[in-house]
Amino acid sequence: MKITFDWLKDHLTVNAKEESLIEKLTDIGLEVESIENLSEGLDLFKIAKIVKTEKHPNADRLKVCDVDIGEKEIKKVVCGAPNARNGLITVYAPPGAIIPKNKTKLVVAKIRDVTSYGMLCSESELNLSEESEGITELALSKYNKSIGKNFFNQASSNLIDLSITPNRPDCLGVRGIARDLAASGFGKLKQEKNKVINSKKPQTIKVKISNEKNQGCFSFGSCLITNVKNVESPKWLKDKLISIGQKPISAIVDITNYVMIDINRPLHAYDADKIEKRIIVRNSKSGEEFTALDNKNYKLEDGMCVISDDKGVLGLGGIIGGTRSGTEIDTKNVLIESAYFDPRSIRSTAKRLNIDSDAKFRFERGIDQLSIEEGLKKAAFLIKKICGGEISKIDIQKINKFKNKIIKFDPNSFEKVTGFKIPTKDMLYILGKLGFQCKKDKKALKLTIPSWRPDISQEIDVVEELVRLSGYDKIKIEEPIKERKKSTLTQTQKLFHFLQRSIASKGYLEAITWSFTDAKYNDYFKGQYKELKIINPISSELSVLRNSIFSNLIIYMRKNIDRGIKDLSIFEIGPIFYGTQPGEQNTVVSGLVAGKKSRLSWLEKDRNVDVFDIKRDVVQTLVEAGYDSEKFFIDDETPTYYHPGKSGRLFLNRGKDSIAAYFGEIHPNIIKQIDLKTESLVGFEIFLDNLKLPKKSLKDQKTKYSVSDYQKSERDFAFIVDKKINVQDLVSVIANVDKNLISNIKVFDVYEGENIPKNKKSIAISVTIQSQEKTLDVSDLDKINKLIIKTVENKTGAKIRS
Amino acid sequence: MSDIKNIRDQFVSKLKNDLSLEEINTIKTDLFGKNGQISSQFKTIGLIPEKERKKFASDLNQVKDELQSLIINKINEIDGKKINEKLEKEKIDITLPERPFARGKVHPVSQTIDEISSIFSEIGFSVEEGPDVENEYNNFTALNTPDNHPARDMHDTFYLDENKEVLLRTHTSPVQIRTMMKDKPPFKIIAPGRTYRSDSDQTHAPMFHQVEGLHIDKNINMGHLKGCLNYFIKEFFEVEKIKMRFRPSHFPFTEPSAEVDIGYKIKDGKIIIGEGDQWLEILGCGMVHPNVLKNVKVDPAKYQGYAFGIGIDRLAMLKYGINDLRSFFDCDYRWLNHFGFDPLDVPTNYRGLSR
Repeated sequence: MKITFDWLKDHLTVNAKEESLIEKLTDIGLEVESIENLSEGLDLFKIAKIVKTEKHPNADRLKVCDVDIGEKEIKKVVCGAPNARNGLITVYAPPGAIIPKNKTKLVVAKIRDVTSYGMLCSESELNLSEESEGITELALSKYNKSIGKNFFNQASSNLIDLSITPNRPDCLGVRGIARDLAASGFGKLKQEKNKVINSKKPQTIKVKISNEKNQGCFSFGSCLITNVKNVESPKWLKDKLISIGQKPISAIVDITNYVMIDINRPLHAYDADKIEKRIIVRNSKSGEEFTALDNKNYKLEDGMCVISDDKGVLGLGGIIGGTRSGTEIDTKNVLIESAYFDPRSIRSTAKRLNIDSDAKFRFERGIDQLSIEEGLKKAAFLIKKICGGEISKIDIQKINKFKNKIIKFDPNSFEKVTGFKIPTKDMLYILGKLGFQCKKDKKALKLTIPSWRPDISQEIDVVEELVRLSGYDKIKIEEPIKERKKSTLTQTQKLFHFLQRSIASKGYLEAITWSFTDAKYNDYFKGQYKELKIINPISSELSVLRNSIFSNLIIYMRKNIDRGIKDLSIFEIGPIFYGTQPGEQNTVVSGLVAGKKSRLSWLEKDRNVDVFDIKRDVVQTLVEAGYDSEKFFIDDETPTYYHPGKSGRLFLNRGKDSIAAYFGEIHPNIIKQIDLKTESLVGFEIFLDNLKLPKKSLKDQKTKYSVSDYQKSERDFAFIVDKKINVQDLVSVIANVDKNLISNIKVFDVYEGENIPKNKKSIAISVTIQSQEKTLDVSDLDKINKLIIKTVENKTGAKIRS
Repeated sequence: MSDIKNIRDQFVSKLKNDLSLEEINTIKTDLFGKNGQISSQFKTIGLIPEKERKKFASDLNQVKDELQSLIINKINEIDGKKINEKLEKEKIDITLPERPFARGKVHPVSQTIDEISSIFSEIGFSVEEGPDVENEYNNFTALNTPDNHPARDMHDTFYLDENKEVLLRTHTSPVQIRTMMKDKPPFKIIAPGRTYRSDSDQTHAPMFHQVEGLHIDKNINMGHLKGCLNYFIKEFFEVEKIKMRFRPSHFPFTEPSAEVDIGYKIKDGKIIIGEGDQWLEILGCGMVHPNVLKNVKVDPAKYQGYAFGIGIDRLAMLKYGINDLRSFFDCDYRWLNHFGFDPLDVPTNYRGLSR
């Protein structure tokens, strides 16, 4: 909502500076978005007279004009306007001036070898009208003595742009803002003069509102003005509209705009001669169409509120009029419409047709139902004054009667909500200024809500008005109490934080990427899940919810590699989605590592990062988080985006209840297809929602402490086993031989090749044997050794290597 | 006796020479070996007449001790010399680089969330969460924003179905609804998380972070709201004093509603919070609308309280001098490394929020 202080003063008697106005507006909740000086630089534009014109020597259509800009100064200006002629008074802009229409700054320029000092301006260039055919023509009689004077008035005040919240339609009119200011103590609201139309002439165009279901127009007022002469608006009206950045068009259009902005009463003007017989306000039928004033053709669906005549649709009520009945400069008879449309109906129609207009913006927020007559009167008198003609009686059709809402208000509720007190008489003062009628009714107040405040319907709405206008600075600070009754984080939330910092501590940089991704990349990593499309994505590259974090990570991995960073570890912890219903998401920690270890090291040879690097990060993180690695179970069933031979799936225990993590090399096909230039790329995914929370708290775990001080011995074994046998099974067989004695098992060599039969491999294992009860003697050790060998051989078909 | 003395004198002078380890070992054997000279003397103790025996034994032991210690000293001397020679050879250029280490970082948004949680934890808030995908009811309708309400225009919403029934939450406020639906009052929660709007330019990202706050109890009023936010902002920016301004505004789910500005100034290109006369909007808040309480079956006649929503990314930008919102999500390795936090820097009450 754009206003000026000058316009406000039409409604407000006030003696204050603009600065304090700005502050007050903000304090009462009418947020000032920006303040703009529209008249800045306009003092450069001068009233000037062409004293001589000559044909341009090098161009047929151009003229070289000598222009009198006052004080006997003559400027040479090249001009292409057909109407540039001797004796014409027009508007001159010197070099340095900024043309209002296109914001270009004028310079001294050579036009086909003739130097031009400035420019003669058309009305369109000055934002005065659409007229761009020739330069501005000013009446000789009125301006002859003003040559050299400023064309624009300097008085126009700054343009103040307010951001009006959707609950305050009343403040979409200057008067509403003035009323709010007055209620807060800033100035006094001026009384409106109540003029009466004394016409005996009836409004001859019959209006009927159809009373069908869900019909969006509740009342329709109209006034016919006959024998008008639609002209250019007078200067005061033009200036008014220009002062808030609008462009004057013609008196009738300007007047309807003025009334809308002044008192938030949208009107529509019809050329009455173009209306076929009568007006019917009704629901549209599917298939009807019309051409609107925005020159677009709209096909209507069932149930939209239209204004029609016997020929068909004239316009969409409260949204946009049609070209067929629009007023033009030669319009003789004008019908002014002032109606009330249901906000819901307006909004649904505008949404379906995707139309936005000033009227729609106002009606969908709720217009004062009792302003129909006032709007008609205001417009009719202005038209008569400017365009002449005769005003008819006002005709108002309604299908339901408006009644002011009445609510009870307990003055004590104010303190209960705000924490501070104001006297009841102050409440009555504020509410009175806002237009409420207040009656004392026992302990409570009985309030009649003004018709322009559709936002007020219950006690709390009144509290808001009172605290807003009293000033939020009166709310006292209650210091918070430092007391915690419930733990801040749940176990799961703690795990989230732990995993996040645990992964970061292993050299990974944490990234946060969008929850949506590029469908193409999502395809590589979506695994078993189905694609989840966003209906209205901001771009085709962000069109689906991510099924995996890898898609985004790999896109950014490539960008970083393209920046010349070779060795990178990044991770993200966040949601992935497997359905479009709330809750169909999992929290995943996912990381990618690219490049080499020990690149350019003087100490050791470099090597590619590999699956065992990433496996360490996963296992170590889970162990740090409190899970027992001896219970972990790993197999090789991984999604297709992993290297089928170099990836694993990790369960927290052999029961395989749910997958704790995947890790491995990313499939070389994907790396090739997305053209990622790195020596090696490995990644992991830990599924936080699948991690069962450790049953025992740290407190419980710590109390159990037992170590053995008896001598331990280490025995090395080398088994030749089938290639198919995996180390995990072998280790598990050994561990189960005697859980009391075998305290640690380490694999220190795996060998295939010379001296080992085909399809076999040699696995060397060191086993630590230690008793909790005694020092083991040679025979004890021998016994356990033999048992280990026998068990392994029996269970796995291995042979001990001699 | 003279034998012993002879042996002593002979070997003491021998041990004065520059000897190798082998030569010392030979001497050792010569003295203390099975048939060594001292060992042989010990064997004779039994043959010594009884009255001389005591003195003989004592003298012999004295000589033995003396020679033994001489030998040990000699060996130590040689060992020491050897080690010194070795050390001399082992001298390296210690300025060569250490084995490489990789330093990981936590994202500034994560760090900021932890800071926020830590502050609110101290005044009794606990952390709640909700899903990123929400239904239209929790995101709008239950929050007193029915369909066809113009306030819905303020949220550019991503939808997941043609009927616009499921969407990506446009704010963290639906967590209020979920929390109040599943439990009974009082409520005192914060809910940090991802939020989404289909809006993207220099100052808007299609995804950003908010933290929702909700405190519902008997007799919680706007003074408590002001106190809570005043405390939070002071703690968060780690300043003694702040300038805070409550401005009336409108959100369908709170009434009265306010937007909160903090005072700041720019000094040497850096933003200083709490001084100066510029205002910066940092959050929206208000008293929870009775309609919202009714929607979640909380009796507005008995319970009331406040809610607020703060842009986390915005807070992080202000506190840590980050200029571009979009850079948070660009995943530039250099940026993450610069603006990220060491994982050991966990914000806590006792050690402070930040270093």
